[in-house]
Amino acid sequence: MNHLDKLEAQSVHILREAYREFKSLVMLWSIGKDSTVLLWLARKAFFGHMPFPLMHVDTHYKLPAMITYRDRLALEFKLDLIVGENTAALAAKETFPDGKLSRIDCCRKLKSEALKHTLSGEWPRLRIDHATGTLVPDPSREAFTGVIVGARADEEGSRSKERYFSPRDKQNDWDVGDQPPELWNQYKTDFAPGTHVRVHPLLDWTELNIWEYIHRENIPIIDLYFNHGDGKRYRSLGCYPCTGPVESEARTVAEIIAELRTGKFANIAERSGRAQDKEDGGGLETLRREGYM
Amino acid sequence: MPAIIPNPEPSADSRSQMSIVIVGHVDHGKSTIIGRLLAETGSLPSGKLEQVREMCRRNARPFEYAFLLDALKDEQAQGITIDTARCFFKTEKRHYILIDAPGHIEFLKNMITGAARAEAVLLTIDAHEGIQENTRRHGYMVSMLGIRQISVLVNKMDLVDYDQAVFERIKAEYTAFLKNLQIEPVSFIPISGMEGTNMVARGAATPWYSGPTVLEQIDAFAPKAAPVNFPFRLPVQDIYKFTEQNDDRRIVGGTIETGTIRAGDNVTFYPSRKKSRVKTIEYFNGPEKTTAAAGEAPGFTLHTQIYIKPGELMVRDDETPPHIGSRFRVNLFWMGHAPMIRGKTYKLKLGAARVPVKLAEVLNVLDASELSSVQNKQQVDRHDVAECVLEAAKPVAFDVAGEIERTGRLVIVDNHEIAGAGIILAPISDEDSTLKEHIRQREAMWRPSAITRELRINAYRHGAKFIVLTGESAAAGERVAAALENLLFRGNFKAYYLGISNVTSGLDADRAAVTEIDSEQIRRIGELARIMTDAGLIFITSLPGIDEHDLRTLELLNQPHEILVVNLGENRFTGYTPHLSLAADATPEAAAAGALQLLKQKEVILEYYL
Repeated sequence: MNHLDKLEAQSVHILREAYREFKSLVMLWSIGKDSTVLLWLARKAFFGHMPFPLMHVDTHYKLPAMITYRDRLALEFKLDLIVGENTAALAAKETFPDGKLSRIDCCRKLKSEALKHTLSGEWPRLRIDHATGTLVPDPSREAFTGVIVGARADEEGSRSKERYFSPRDKQNDWDVGDQPPELWNQYKTDFAPGTHVRVHPLLDWTELNIWEYIHRENIPIIDLYFNHGDGKRYRSLGCYPCTGPVESEARTVAEIIAELRTGKFANIAERSGRAQDKEDGGGLETLRREGYM
Repeated sequence: MPAIIPNPEPSADSRSQMSIVIVGHVDHGKSTIIGRLLAETGSLPSGKLEQVREMCRRNARPFEYAFLLDALKDEQAQGITIDTARCFFKTEKRHYILIDAPGHIEFLKNMITGAARAEAVLLTIDAHEGIQENTRRHGYMVSMLGIRQISVLVNKMDLVDYDQAVFERIKAEYTAFLKNLQIEPVSFIPISGMEGTNMVARGAATPWYSGPTVLEQIDAFAPKAAPVNFPFRLPVQDIYKFTEQNDDRRIVGGTIETGTIRAGDNVTFYPSRKKSRVKTIEYFNGPEKTTAAAGEAPGFTLHTQIYIKPGELMVRDDETPPHIGSRFRVNLFWMGHAPMIRGKTYKLKLGAARVPVKLAEVLNVLDASELSSVQNKQQVDRHDVAECVLEAAKPVAFDVAGEIERTGRLVIVDNHEIAGAGIILAPISDEDSTLKEHIRQREAMWRPSAITRELRINAYRHGAKFIVLTGESAAAGERVAAALENLLFRGNFKAYYLGISNVTSGLDADRAAVTEIDSEQIRRIGELARIMTDAGLIFITSLPGIDEHDLRTLELLNQPHEILVVNLGENRFTGYTPHLSLAADATPEAAAAGALQLLKQKEVILEYYL
């Protein structure tokens, strides 16, 4: 087995543990490369099927191509897609682009809070209807207790301390100092009522591994990651007011891999194009403790 | 399923990856060693070294490599250094993840988490301070975790003037210690993280040392080979059916712990002992597979539809079978805040199996730092290593860690947390299980009624019996049980049907929501049956989905009276024959009549009374 085979097998094992142990399980899908690889790994684990829903938090400031790609893939792979949002903040224009909030407070409103309340079922959700291909109001108010997330340890500081199965308490808090032990393929799959567990099957993958795997498996990836002739591409995707492209000539997956292998970005953070990180002192830990993914 | 042909790997970076953990007593120089390694392998972000030197100059402090790591960690961890931190560096040979395990005892579970991921260990000892408590404890943990490659770095040699005698003394003492743990270290290296001696470049200060430098040693560590040369072991994570998506495959999924398998192999699932043959090896979006080996996580379809459960162990018939049992002697390491005590029920996770477990006996508690034993301890405290006997509520399949390490490991969950981890030393016969001992004691204390069994039979016109209806459908079992109670009552027999929900909301009210029949509920129903049959009744209950072990437990608990098992539908038991098997679609009346017939055959109901 080569390194990618080992990473794949480990992620598959973790996904199957999560599916076995959590009655109400959901996978977060940001439309980006990591969570799309995660989606692919779930299809590996379950032999072509995706046996739990995918959730996307729509800030309404996503690059429009992301939404088109999301809906296309959801229909093609027959995904049970759930979409949530912070309707109140959007209606009151309490956002950074509307000039009322800092970038980080905007993230807090449109992402962290929207996610928290969509997961708990308190806020209304939309769910894809495969018969019509549209999003319709979801009558289910099910609270999810297992949340699968595509975080990687090498991505930025606070994520290097995560466990594969990481508990969050009733307030969504993450106690970084007192995390459960993990050994011998045994994880924290027992949890007290009211708490939930975040599952991180991609923890040991690097940015390069992700692209190598996308190439090997031919995973359909959104083309915002490629240079379309202007010498720029996105390395990390988010909301357009806060996400900038990097200088790059890479037009294909193979070219991205070659580019990463040159070490061109070795000393530049992957999320350097994400302006909100800088407001949080570069570490994202404040946001992550509050539930940011 | 449309096949998507994977791409060949693009001209791959041939360098492999290895995880190494650095452990040792607090302040024995781990940070300095890591800082030095990162700097000398050019693995630091550009400008970082200069920045830290400048900071030291401004604060009039001598530069130390440890500050470098602290500076990195501050960025990486925002000042929280108690968790394992991962650093990345590479050599010409391969990529490394260097896991910095905390040295303080309070963070032992973090040390365990970090070390469990590693293939090799660098263990530091301060030449000046010598072997300390955690030097021994960490050595012990590393041996329990199953990591066999240890290089011992005798650090701070500059503080003892590079005295070879100091190095040799520590080497002799620690070699002897590790020998007790069946570990032979691959090397002892005299170093100075501070001065860089024998880190990357060979040091002039140790002309008497001819072994590898730290970096040479790191490159010389052998990658951990996948355990393919062992019997095949696959803990079954689940049995997948996606029939609603028009996929009629029934796939057994899991990660292969050891060995190899090919399509066509005959296999047995333990502990149920169900047998079948591998039809296909399933793997999504890849070339067709006919073999699979340790480390892979494929799926299997079988030639026959057998009823197996998640948690069983899949084994090849032509290889050594695992042990099956509920009692075993283990070496257990305890991390829980509350001690492990006798009488309390914990959750055992062994491979994919999850069963309730109790601490049956503490044989010996080891002080891991001294390797001296403490006798007569009745509980296992935080940070203790104990040799003890565990008793699971149900038999599980396992191996002895000395034979097949990966299936001889277990963890114990207490109050939702992994609180203990252990390796199995030996199986123990079930003969003197707690259950049998309990029944012996119960029967010794049982107050026999002045109304004898015979008197009751004469008065009631029938013997006492415990009738268990089982099968896949809960609804069908309940209908038959109710029909049988009705039929017997109309015939003037003393029969009582106990619906399981009456137990759940009554006797079980002291327990957290019981959603499916578990071993504690089986125990309670078995004890109830003992009382009801003692009262001379025909006691009926319906327990869908229970297995042969549950039935044997009920049989034991109901002693001295007998049990009658009526199975509805497919017979899912191996090594247990129900007294009566009825078709799943039998009407309740017909099924009840069949059961009545059986009671007559067994002379529970005597013909002349009918």
